[in-house]
Amino acid sequence: MSKLAPTPGQTVGPFYGYALPFNKDNELLAPGSPGSIRLQGTVYDGAGNTIPDAILEIWQPDSEGNIVQRTGSLVRDGYTFTGWGRGSVGNSGVYTFTTVNPGPVKPGAAAFISVAVFARGLMNRLFTRVYLPENEEALANDPLLSSLDPERRKTLIARRDPDGGLTWDIRLQGGDETVFLDFQQDGSLETSVNADHSAKENQA
Amino acid sequence: MPQDQTAQQLESEELVPPAEPHAAHESKKVETQADLSAEIKAMGDRYAEALKNGRAPETMPRLDYAPYRSSILRHPTKSLHHTDPETIELYSPAFGHQDVHALESDLTIQHNGEPQGERIIVAGRVLDGDGRPVAGQLVEIWQANASGRYIHKRDQHPAPLDPNFTGVGRCITGEDGSYSFTTIKPGAYPWKNHLNAWRPAHIHFSMFGSEFTQRIVTQMYFPGDQLFPLDPIYQSIVDQDARDRLVAEYDHELTSPEWALGYKWDIILTGSKRTWTENEAYGDAGDEE
Repeated sequence: MSKLAPTPGQTVGPFYGYALPFNKDNELLAPGSPGSIRLQGTVYDGAGNTIPDAILEIWQPDSEGNIVQRTGSLVRDGYTFTGWGRGSVGNSGVYTFTTVNPGPVKPGAAAFISVAVFARGLMNRLFTRVYLPENEEALANDPLLSSLDPERRKTLIARRDPDGGLTWDIRLQGGDETVFLDFQQDGSLETSVNADHSAKENQA
Repeated sequence: MPQDQTAQQLESEELVPPAEPHAAHESKKVETQADLSAEIKAMGDRYAEALKNGRAPETMPRLDYAPYRSSILRHPTKSLHHTDPETIELYSPAFGHQDVHALESDLTIQHNGEPQGERIIVAGRVLDGDGRPVAGQLVEIWQANASGRYIHKRDQHPAPLDPNFTGVGRCITGEDGSYSFTTIKPGAYPWKNHLNAWRPAHIHFSMFGSEFTQRIVTQMYFPGDQLFPLDPIYQSIVDQDARDRLVAEYDHELTSPEWALGYKWDIILTGSKRTWTENEAYGDAGDEE
């Protein structure tokens, strides 16, 4: 339990586009280089419409499962894998990263990429994970995935494309809403996001 | 409707296309500040009542905060799923002086001339929930210019752009978690959430902690802004103490004589989950020499 009250987040707003993106921000390694794959998907709102103003960050181990602590993400030299990237969606809500398949950090663990989602209209960043689809035994034993209903669990598992890439969509709201994560156990904050619902339902 | 009035309306719409388009399902009725203020007040009153009944104070914005219309279709309706952070989530990407040049923290020297407006220094420290400094980490900021105009192409607010101000800065925190930016005090600006909606002056801040779970993007405000009670984004944090944590304080010690006014603002990240060793706590300062 932390001692100090945290600073609240706020929406990234509509005007991050000249500030947060940078050259090769979504290329954790050069497209086409050995071992590189495409991670791609679409971000949707609760009406099923694509969101044209979302920005994602991914943070992952290398293909061997090593957690890398190397600088150089903002000014990439084309060779150093830093494990972190940032990708804005385009007008059609599609994001793309060039990266590697993450390796399992521990033997037998399910390999995943950590994701932070920001958007205009989204009051605070959301965390989630995207898992590689292949190792079914590891997925079945994963602490997070095994705590979810099957319907919800599948929102965190990417689809393998015929060319070796990964496709993974994000749905901010709705029946097939992506599972978003709360890492704080302090109780007061993220778990209370929908605290006003009961009041509203009572009024209705 | 007289033709010239229609033409006038069309023209004004062209001048200010919606940077914040209304949610698609919303009615055509023009919503006023009074409508929005009533909604904001109702939610604030319910929260105050819950606090009185012993509910723990909230520290974060509501994801479901309808007065900010664009949030209606963009918030999860299912509870966030509690999980313990694992492996990669317990680490943060590393940034250093390969990534950020020292001059990027001065937003007033990016062009040939001096930008218009009130020159300010915004400085403080990035700390984790236990008060430990977050050393060697990336801080990014962006903001409107002194007249309330973003350089972003979608900002069509008919206030002047400043050829000497872009409004983007970065720095790497020092050993003690400190950061400092020299910039121009941003202006308030209108947006399209409702009729006569104005955002209080603010600077967008993006910070990394020692763990990816501490990642935060937020907005820093200036003390005494009369727009605070009217703004659905600021008010989406329903707890007054929590809202206050986004407001910098004027600091005369930080003010630079005959140069710039000083504002102090510390950022506290969410608690650390990793078991820390002494080396990590003191040595994680990127590639700083």
